[in-house]
Amino acid sequence: MRFERREHRSTLLVIATPILAVVAALAIAGVLIALAGAPVFQAYWKILTSAFGSRLSATETLTRASPLILTGLAAAVAFRARLWNIGGEGQFYLGAIAASAASVHLFAGLPSLLQIPLLFAVGAVAGMVLLLVPLSLRLRFSVDEVVTTLLLNFVALLFVSMLIDGVLKDPAAFGWPQSEAVDAAARLPKLLARSRLHIGLGIAVVIAFLIYFVQTRTVFGVQSRAAGLNPSGAVFAGVPLGRTLVIVAMISGGLAGLAGTIEVLGVKGYVTTDLSPGYGYSGIVVAMLANLNPLGVVLAALFTATMFVGADGMSRSMGIPTYIADVTVALSLLSMLVAVFFTQYRIRR
Amino acid sequence: MSALFDILASAGLWAAVLRIATPLILGTIGALLSERAGVLNLGIEGIMTFGAMVGWLTVYNGADLWVGVLAAALGGAMFGLLHSALTVTLGLSQHVSGLGVTLFASSFAYYVFRLMVPVAGTPPTITPFQPLDIPGLSSLPFFGPAFFNQTAPTYLAIGLAIALAYVIARTPVGLAIRMTGENPHAAEAQGVNPMAVRYGAVIAGSALMGVGGAFLTLSAFNSFFPTMVQGRGWICIALVVFASWRPERALLGAILFALFDAFQLRLQTVLNGVVPYQIFLMIPYLLSIVALAVMARRARVPQALMQPYRRGER
Repeated sequence: MRFERREHRSTLLVIATPILAVVAALAIAGVLIALAGAPVFQAYWKILTSAFGSRLSATETLTRASPLILTGLAAAVAFRARLWNIGGEGQFYLGAIAASAASVHLFAGLPSLLQIPLLFAVGAVAGMVLLLVPLSLRLRFSVDEVVTTLLLNFVALLFVSMLIDGVLKDPAAFGWPQSEAVDAAARLPKLLARSRLHIGLGIAVVIAFLIYFVQTRTVFGVQSRAAGLNPSGAVFAGVPLGRTLVIVAMISGGLAGLAGTIEVLGVKGYVTTDLSPGYGYSGIVVAMLANLNPLGVVLAALFTATMFVGADGMSRSMGIPTYIADVTVALSLLSMLVAVFFTQYRIRR
Repeated sequence: MSALFDILASAGLWAAVLRIATPLILGTIGALLSERAGVLNLGIEGIMTFGAMVGWLTVYNGADLWVGVLAAALGGAMFGLLHSALTVTLGLSQHVSGLGVTLFASSFAYYVFRLMVPVAGTPPTITPFQPLDIPGLSSLPFFGPAFFNQTAPTYLAIGLAIALAYVIARTPVGLAIRMTGENPHAAEAQGVNPMAVRYGAVIAGSALMGVGGAFLTLSAFNSFFPTMVQGRGWICIALVVFASWRPERALLGAILFALFDAFQLRLQTVLNGVVPYQIFLMIPYLLSIVALAVMARRARVPQALMQPYRRGER
């Protein structure tokens, strides 16, 4: 048995790939649910109804999808240029803490229309800075950025934990380590009344379209793709590799920082060390599920959010550990990798 | 200054060094073995988590501690098989596949743990490995409590690191592994099957990672809790670079790293209240990054690392 590269890929195959991958992941996760002694189809139905069965649950799922779109885009943009930014989680937290501190100590009292964009910028810059450190280590010392970005996640979380237990601690929080609540004018407007859903969702979707446009219609889009496909070839063709990677890193880190900013301004209003249930890491899965396509990221984020919100509800009523959502999401990443492989290769005997 | 000296002169510090080093030694030589054959295994963080869980769960259900270690090795090997199928047979990106294995292995570990052990106020515990009493050595003044008062897996880890150094440098198997990691085409021309070597190295390496994780639950602590691996796997990946892909240096690197870690833990109690504890907790991660930056250019990377091998394709 050997593999042979396919001459051309049909559009149908490309569209069917993520669907097949998700079905395969759900099937394997179904075995795990069955082993736990629960009826599989009922469990999946419960996941679906818990994620979309009511107005409350549907808005909750969309609220969860918003940061995932942004962290997914952060990963997708970087991976396309083969910049392995696995530090989305750290950049998310740094963006969140920078924006909330800026709102409390710098921009308090400014009107929303001015304050919110300023805070977005602050949060994005914080995320950028955290990614530029590993990038410069790569460019200067040829250090693999996978490990450094992963390690910086721990550093960033400890840094945030230190700040909210120290200088940024809310004195009115009965000793709990959390940051002071942001200015009322900094809170994002709601998309729907009587829900947690805020305009972050709209912002995330607009950004996805913007990135799609940049990647398909601009010189920079081609350059970043070339930097990923074949770095030495790209240099030969006149692509400024270092500069392209720096810009990619700024976009990627900026998006992850923005995700944290939007989460803190949109949902809670203050930072704790459980602000993110792993949005940064899930963003990697979202990006891969979307095959790094920015528009696909929106759908993949929606799927991932559905699994997380749905599994919470299913877990409560059927006694299956909520971790089944993480298992399914991880499995869909692995099966997506295999599925993409088979769109590129066919088996020959 | 005398406070610092007191810390360094205490037998407790050195006993802690070997204890902290053990999972790092096992994880690092596991990662090193598969990288010498040309496969980066970023599944390590999840594999260590799974090893910690399955080793603990086996013992919790009444099995012997060594059966727990074996279960962790087998569990690790299982994920090694998955990683090799994806990266060796299919030749997928080792970065992404490894991260996928980490996400899967750790979430699977949490799922199984939650399923088998219901939520309780205090986490259930087992009786972990006890320090071995080595006649003559353990009763030595200072050296006894400092170096010869460890549990059996610690000595096993040190022995395995030395054995791996010998196997890689001096045996035909080691030569086949090195050839596969440097130039799989040349290896194949010499009658070595690069696919088989890579499978073997990744699976054996993952088994070592699993045992490294199990040390946490079967010897260092006595219970399992999610996120207990705390980035140790990533630190191991950094230590492989620091060791320039050589097992004997990996052993020293892990011990050196553990020395810093044990030292900062004690410094933390001395400087309690003056410096926030988070600063100390950051040190291991920052230290790994610094080690990478210092060593990355100087280290001898296996030339075919991260390059998939396909017969007849260049």
